[in-house]
Amino acid sequence: MYNFEFEKPDTIADAVAALGGEEAQALGGGQTLIPTMKQRLASPATLVSLTGISEMQGICTGDDGSLCIGGATTHGAVAAGAGVYPALADLASHIGDPAVRNRGTIGGSLANNDPSACYPAAALASGAVIKTNTREIAADDYFQGMFDTALNEGEIITEVRFPVPEAANYQKFVQPASRFALVGVFVAKYADGVRVAITGASEGGVFRWTEAEAALSANFAVSALDGLSLPGDGMIGDLHGSGDYRAHLCAVMTKRAVNAAG
Amino acid sequence: MAQVKMTVNGKAASGEVEGRTLLSSFLRDSLFLTGTHVGCDTSQCGACVVHVDGVAVKSCTMLAAEAEGAEVSTIEGQAAPDGTLNTIQQAFQDHHGLQCGFCTPGMVMTTAALLKDNPKPSEQEIREHLEGNICRCTGYHNIIKAILAASGQDVSALAAE
Repeated sequence: MYNFEFEKPDTIADAVAALGGEEAQALGGGQTLIPTMKQRLASPATLVSLTGISEMQGICTGDDGSLCIGGATTHGAVAAGAGVYPALADLASHIGDPAVRNRGTIGGSLANNDPSACYPAAALASGAVIKTNTREIAADDYFQGMFDTALNEGEIITEVRFPVPEAANYQKFVQPASRFALVGVFVAKYADGVRVAITGASEGGVFRWTEAEAALSANFAVSALDGLSLPGDGMIGDLHGSGDYRAHLCAVMTKRAVNAAG
Repeated sequence: MAQVKMTVNGKAASGEVEGRTLLSSFLRDSLFLTGTHVGCDTSQCGACVVHVDGVAVKSCTMLAAEAEGAEVSTIEGQAAPDGTLNTIQQAFQDHHGLQCGFCTPGMVMTTAALLKDNPKPSEQEIREHLEGNICRCTGYHNIIKAILAASGQDVSALAAE
């Protein structure tokens, strides 16, 4: 990889200042960015590590009962510490492999918005709030397409707040070589309705399956999904599976998630 | 170039690194601790696993500068100073948990992290924990046996394959 200046500030304010420099980029756990830089697909002049900022670490419960996770919290820490939201802890415990989970962070995953990553499905299905150094962004406004988000240049995800659902489950059909989701479906049931978010499938990145949401909000049962399907058009097609195959998996994994959520 | 300081296997270590210097490169090329192997350099294979502040990481996918001030443990710190193998290493030898040995440093360090959190893992838990460690001799079966043995569990139930 090309060389760069490395900075590791202690505070969000210092990180924001460092990111104001020419061609500066934020570094979370580096589990995506470092491989990307090795392939020379990214070559920032400065990398600003966010792993030394203590105010971006950790998990707590907010006044409204929501689960608050610091942007620099690792997947391993979420797997171990998000017990009040079991489906989210379970999702975190199956990202990558154990060593990757000890470095990769929730903020890094959401900022990258890989179309096959797990966390975007959880954030969108939960109606999470993405808190940055300047504002709060609703998940529905945050995800804007493959690798595209509402984040501005130099904006940092400092915290993610998840409303805790009555019932939820994430079903991931693993692409075994990468351990990313070939298709992953997160179903979350709240008092005001059910949300279904699907990752890995669409060329537009994570999306809500509104037809399934309406059916499940009326009747939270696997049978409510009978006859519902998604079109293969606009789905990712590659050597691992065609668009039609992924569309089929969306319905299958949604049913499994509803079944497991009970 | 910047100075980086850390503790490696209980001893103070320091050196000059570039921003892009990987922890695996620093350990191997600056400290000459070549037991940490670089297999794929893409965080797939796990041969480069070391512990940083008590948790297993892939040292090919962490910058050396990120380990400033950290406690790092590598395969070289596993045996006793007189060369006596630790329990995990001895179990790998006893159960033929290695063939060419290239993946073994990562396997041993990953096992050490597993047994610290879960002293009596099931076969299934061991297999899941080794998801990020690849053995191209495909000697997984004896690796599982070795880990069961290292955790003081009966390995006879694990059929020979």
